[in-house]
Amino acid sequence: MSTKSGAPKAFHGTGREYWRRLGADLIRDRWLYLLLLPGFIYFVIFKYLPMWGIVISFENYVPYSGIFGSEWVGLKWFEYFFKFPSWTRYLINTLLISFMNLIFYFPAPIILALMLNEMRSLRYKKLLQTFLYVPHFISIVIVVSITMLLFGPSGIVYKATEQVLGEAVNFMGSPDTFRWMIVGQAIWKETGWGTIIFLAALTGVDTQLYEAAMVDGAGRLRRLWHITLPAIRSTIVLMLILRMGSMLDTGHDHLILMANSLNRSASQTLDVFVYQQGLQSGQFSYASAVGLMKSLVSIVLVVSSNKIAHMLGESGLY
Amino acid sequence: MSKRINKSSVPNEQVEKKDPPKKTLIGSSGAVGNGNTSAGRVFDVFNYIFLTLVALTTIAPFIYIIGASFATEWELAQRPLLIIPHNPTVDAYTYIFSTNKIANGFLNSAFITVSGTLINLFFTVTMAYAISKPRLRGRNFVLNMVIFSMFFGGGMIPSYIVVANMLNLKDTYWSVLLPGAISAYNMMIVKNFFQGIPQELEESASIDGCTDIGVLWKIVLPLSLPVLATFGLFYAVGHWNAYFGAMIYMSGAREKWPLQVILREIIILSNASAGDMANMDPEFVQPPEQSVKMAVIVVSTVPIMCVYPFLQKYFVKGVMVGALKG
Repeated sequence: MSTKSGAPKAFHGTGREYWRRLGADLIRDRWLYLLLLPGFIYFVIFKYLPMWGIVISFENYVPYSGIFGSEWVGLKWFEYFFKFPSWTRYLINTLLISFMNLIFYFPAPIILALMLNEMRSLRYKKLLQTFLYVPHFISIVIVVSITMLLFGPSGIVYKATEQVLGEAVNFMGSPDTFRWMIVGQAIWKETGWGTIIFLAALTGVDTQLYEAAMVDGAGRLRRLWHITLPAIRSTIVLMLILRMGSMLDTGHDHLILMANSLNRSASQTLDVFVYQQGLQSGQFSYASAVGLMKSLVSIVLVVSSNKIAHMLGESGLY
Repeated sequence: MSKRINKSSVPNEQVEKKDPPKKTLIGSSGAVGNGNTSAGRVFDVFNYIFLTLVALTTIAPFIYIIGASFATEWELAQRPLLIIPHNPTVDAYTYIFSTNKIANGFLNSAFITVSGTLINLFFTVTMAYAISKPRLRGRNFVLNMVIFSMFFGGGMIPSYIVVANMLNLKDTYWSVLLPGAISAYNMMIVKNFFQGIPQELEESASIDGCTDIGVLWKIVLPLSLPVLATFGLFYAVGHWNAYFGAMIYMSGAREKWPLQVILREIIILSNASAGDMANMDPEFVQPPEQSVKMAVIVVSTVPIMCVYPFLQKYFVKGVMVGALKG
């Protein structure tokens, strides 16, 4: 803290004196403000300007007229969406992928971390981790490309299932397999990376607890249940709350790569809708309104799951 | 990765100190006193086999792709399960580098990655240093502004309108370099790191007549090289792997396309149904051979694999510094 503000004042923070000190502080820290400026401008332009741009959800936005010049239409686009006959399909597809992620994708890193934690050979564990973290750094385009080469009609997995089952499974072009492919790719890509945070939480467990439990005759499973799992419970709750915030995110950049005309009935989610209506068809206002509804639901989900966590005695996200 | 914000600073030393207990824990949680029960041994065997299989599943596709990229089309059709081709050939690679398209995409990606990472580091470090000073007036306002933006955003369409219609950045490199100039999450971690640097060091420099910028450049940055390396690598991998921004903002500037967008076009769109073929470049209406596709995947993954050892050295620390409660 600075000591340059001079002798203690009897009435600090009032009137002229306040402004004089504010001015002195601003001059003293002028270089810091200069350093702050680029980042501040960045947040204003690329984060807060788009938030203000949400008003186009209530307008009939035309790029030529701009945000100020476009006609105000109130809730028209929201009504329009709910009158659209197949809006429920978009919602159901979104929810199906979300729930499959919650059931299969979310617990996978926890299980893997617990299993890695039980390994005795540290060197072998490290080697396995080296492999497990790799897919996190591979781009989603490459993940989808590899999937196509392996599961597509001339791919090795496609041919293998053809041999075993007697008939080919159209992995890439069928609504039935679409969701499983999406969740499978997500699990393959992120499970290893996801273990880091749980392994970190596991390092905090007091070794003496295990020794005491062993003296009391607790077996491996009992120790897992009574010591290890409670130790990472708050991390699990935290990750679950964060997961809730992105519950409706099906990952537009992932889905639009996997979507094609054959699996359309399963690949149409809210994210894909926003992309197709907004960026492909140029219906900016309509797409923005649907995106806004999604964000609002996400915030409600985060806040309410955080509340539930507090009720269960967890510290939660905030 | 967790988006948790760590308000108290976690200096590096603290994380390093956490390592020893980890080792003793792992040594004792499973091992001590369990090796002699048969149930424990069965579990161990199962655990090793299962984890080995999981690890193999994560890298098997890469090994297969690398092997197949050196195979001839004929051999690939005859022996789909090959790992090492009998008659290796580099035809696929020769083809890739004979077309301008992929070499050009590679250069674009390299340019975007290098300049984008420099922009990221400049914006992140300057802002993080300024708001790491508690004496700065207005600091809490800026801090709250950053944190709020981590939980709520304008969304895809308003962001597009700002970049494309208001700033007119469409079809320029700026449209992929600027919108992600700061990751709020990374910036908060760097800020916490700066707060952990002893104040005395900086004060002695300012007594010697250094301005705040001089202190940052001469004292703070040399002390933060590992942190800069960590986030530089994270940002760089992000740029190399990004395709969505380039796809939507530079749709009209083919000559500026990075590798990922080209990859999407020649592998994903050429595999999709005929309806999507209309979007494609005439040069690739004939889908390239399988081995060429595999070779393109290898070429675009090699840079990541080159930095992976460095990534691995830093990322665990990076995640832990930011994500642990301390």
